[in-house]
Amino acid sequence: MDNEYSPQKLYDDLVAHRLIIPVGVPGIFGRGAVFEEVLRRFDSFLSRVAEKDGAEVMLFPPTLDRRVLEKSEYLDSFPNLAGAVFSFMGNERDLAGLSEAIHAGGSWEAWQKMTDVVLSPAACYPVYPSFTGTIPDHGYLVDMQNWVFRHEPSPEPTRMQAFRVREFVRVGTPEVVIDWRNMWLQRGVDLLRSLGLPATSSVASDPFFGRGGRMLAANQLRQNLKFEVQIPVISKSDPTAVYSFNYHQDHFGRIFAIRTPAGEIAHTACLGFGLERCAMALFRTHGMVPADWPNAVREKLWT
Amino acid sequence: MPMNEAIRDILKGHARLRADASSIAEDTDLYKAGMTSHASVNVMLALESRFDVEFPDRMLSREVFGTVAGIRAAIEELTAGR
Repeated sequence: MDNEYSPQKLYDDLVAHRLIIPVGVPGIFGRGAVFEEVLRRFDSFLSRVAEKDGAEVMLFPPTLDRRVLEKSEYLDSFPNLAGAVFSFMGNERDLAGLSEAIHAGGSWEAWQKMTDVVLSPAACYPVYPSFTGTIPDHGYLVDMQNWVFRHEPSPEPTRMQAFRVREFVRVGTPEVVIDWRNMWLQRGVDLLRSLGLPATSSVASDPFFGRGGRMLAANQLRQNLKFEVQIPVISKSDPTAVYSFNYHQDHFGRIFAIRTPAGEIAHTACLGFGLERCAMALFRTHGMVPADWPNAVREKLWT
Repeated sequence: MPMNEAIRDILKGHARLRADASSIAEDTDLYKAGMTSHASVNVMLALESRFDVEFPDRMLSREVFGTVAGIRAAIEELTAGR
């Protein structure tokens, strides 16, 4: 087993085995049949781990109400990552200008207007407005999966612009949310290790934009609001975060007027498994050919 | 404008406190009084601009920005000898 870790090596191996299909733009490569099979089986494995939790499954398209993005303050923190959707809203006369600009190879931005939808920057965003009001005694637990978009073109195969996340969202009193977090802190590491992946966890911070961002990150670290579970995928010394847990305190509760039965602002937290990164971690750790993986791992995924 | 007054002036403009910034105690927890993380960033940037200082990373903390006393101590340290 080759133990060399580098972004280029992983990329080359994934391409050589047709696990990913380059398209000429970084971060939006295609996924091949075997890659997809592993990803879907990992996703199903997560379902089995969480099946007794009583979560409500919800599936949203990979688009978000633009006003929800604006309200959420995402753009104050990560303006550089968000992707908005623009469209042509002109008439036939305008079409002539649009076509000319496109065929001349120039910019056609001026011919488009912002629509009411944006791409989802995280899988959980679409569900928060539905929590507005008083939550039930046991709060909410939602099970979601979606494509998310982040404008981060990169040659690293683990840093994609469009990728899928399996997400769980918890809404409740601070005690309920913190308990849930403590449960998942251990569960996330255990389930990845049960697949033979050398997972470690640590407190982490988000890449908030700018100087103010450093202050937000210091805040987040100090209060242990975020933790990540990492696995070496493109580097041994700098393992890749494949799972992150984010405690929002009252951020979304305040913005979306979510209250506990006692009338307090509800707390929320979300956790997400980066499905492509988890699949890549499996390929990097066990090899590019799943048929050759250890039986103990295969038994968990091919049940 | 004396430093204390200037600090409270900035808190009034940026901290979004529930209480009155001119009269809260020096050691009142500003976060408990309503200042969010984002508001604290705006406070930080406004203080830098007003006092012509740059807070080093070690000062970008709740200890410094959590109270009027903390803010004043940090600015006094950064402007010492001016």
